[in-house]
Amino acid sequence: MSDATSRSLRMTRRGLRPAGSRRAFLGGALAAVAGALATGCGREGMEAFLQHNFRELSRDELDRIIKRLEGEAKRRYGKKIRIGKEPAMQGVVFGYALDLSRCIGCRRCVHACVQENNPSRSPEIQWIRVLQMEKEKGVDLEAADAYYNPEEVPQEGHFYMPVQCQQCKNPPCVKVCPVGATWKDPDGIVVIDYNWCIGCRYCMAACPYGARHFNWGEPTVQPADLNPETHYLGNRPRPKGVVEKCTFCIQRTRKGLYPACVEVCPTGSRKFGNLADPKSEIRYILENKRVFVFKGELNTQPKFFYFYGV
Amino acid sequence: MPSSAPRALRPILSGLLAMGTLLRATPPASPVVDHRDFQAPPPPFSDGIFPCSSCHDPKAMAPNPKRRPLEGMHADIELRHGPESRWCLDCHDLKDRDRLHLVNGEKLDFTASYLLCGQCHGDKLRDWRVGVHGKRTGSWNGAKQYLLCVHCHNPHSPRFKALRPLPPPVPPDQIRARR
Ligand code: SF4
Ligand code: SF4
Repeated sequence: MSDATSRSLRMTRRGLRPAGSRRAFLGGALAAVAGALATGCGREGMEAFLQHNFRELSRDELDRIIKRLEGEAKRRYGKKIRIGKEPAMQGVVFGYALDLSRCIGCRRCVHACVQENNPSRSPEIQWIRVLQMEKEKGVDLEAADAYYNPEEVPQEGHFYMPVQCQQCKNPPCVKVCPVGATWKDPDGIVVIDYNWCIGCRYCMAACPYGARHFNWGEPTVQPADLNPETHYLGNRPRPKGVVEKCTFCIQRTRKGLYPACVEVCPTGSRKFGNLADPKSEIRYILENKRVFVFKGELNTQPKFFYFYGV
Repeated sequence: MPSSAPRALRPILSGLLAMGTLLRATPPASPVVDHRDFQAPPPPFSDGIFPCSSCHDPKAMAPNPKRRPLEGMHADIELRHGPESRWCLDCHDLKDRDRLHLVNGEKLDFTASYLLCGQCHGDKLRDWRVGVHGKRTGSWNGAKQYLLCVHCHNPHSPRFKALRPLPPPVPPDQIRARR
């Protein structure tokens, strides 16, 4: 059974199930599985269908699933990929800060993110959107332009505000998900289990930052472009019909590295670190700079901060 | 406490002194970083230009401290860093051409040029040390590589250069359905 079939079966059933009764639902679904098996779906397909949510998986189950997914990726791309499962580190809550007085809107971050995170390339899904705004108007979404393309940036009289998932402490996208396919991990990263997402796109409607993106088609990534270092909850290859978003480069940051957008930014506008560590650069910024959060009035409590470094 | 203070004033004075110590004991948050910890790649010299002494050999070429328009070798340098008040030898050492110097005359290697920049841009140096101004890469919880000021700012013309932006996203009305 293909991923898409198993998801559509889930969609029809899960919508009706009482909250928290995943097991009861599975019982009810067995008939459907038996049906699917009768039509020639193999053991792997059944496992994929019965697979638990990432959060409920035992170590053994997870190892088996990762092996299966790595095998699928190998068959699809002819290339060995690693799917990591690094958990959140103890005592770490990630925070991000972006210096609006330095960003020049060059979009190096946007494209480094695409290379790192394996989104579909045609049309290209971009997790970071850089808004060009007029200095005179300040942060004014009516006057913002995401499609600017002059010869050179920065453009006179303008400033630039990159927007990506704000990793809200109080994330509306998580609240509305009917199947628990998205949640906030202990290090504050809001993640999605693509094998569990049913593609209903409620989260996209709920997110006030436009941070979630939907795979309308089978994602296209050329094998040569595929970054083989991945994480189950991050940049591993996605199926059609699921939602994806920025995860603070979970596959990098849970190993201690900076996100790809931090590494590439030529102006050093992007800052990242552990909010729980009083000696981190991110804490220094919060304590010493003029900081604001985007759409603060919505009480989503972003862990992505904008500041003025001058 | 000054022993000459009248006896009656002493408790008040010692109270004030104690308060002073307290105030001093809580400086503003500013993590102290030893500058020797900064790992930065070598300064971005033009090809084949360093060491400067390979041309500026005092025996072969007498140093000329006079302020003048440069001709020949360094004519390509456009000084757009306070040109009215500044001159090469404010930063470059006249005698030791392979090094820089601070205002107080202390010599400085090119790898520590941020200390020279920091003489005037103290606030930026402070922010750079804690990783807020400028760029650093590596691990958020471990070894970091800093860039020197001169990796992003040409010291002779420090304004950040404009860049060509990478392509914008495809506007929704231009996205065609795929089968
Ligand atoms: S790479 Fe840096 S300067 Fe360029 S748009 Fe992104 S944040 Fe701004
Ligand atoms: S920015 Fe949007 S996608 Fe990210 S956590 Fe907040 S609501 Fe969810």
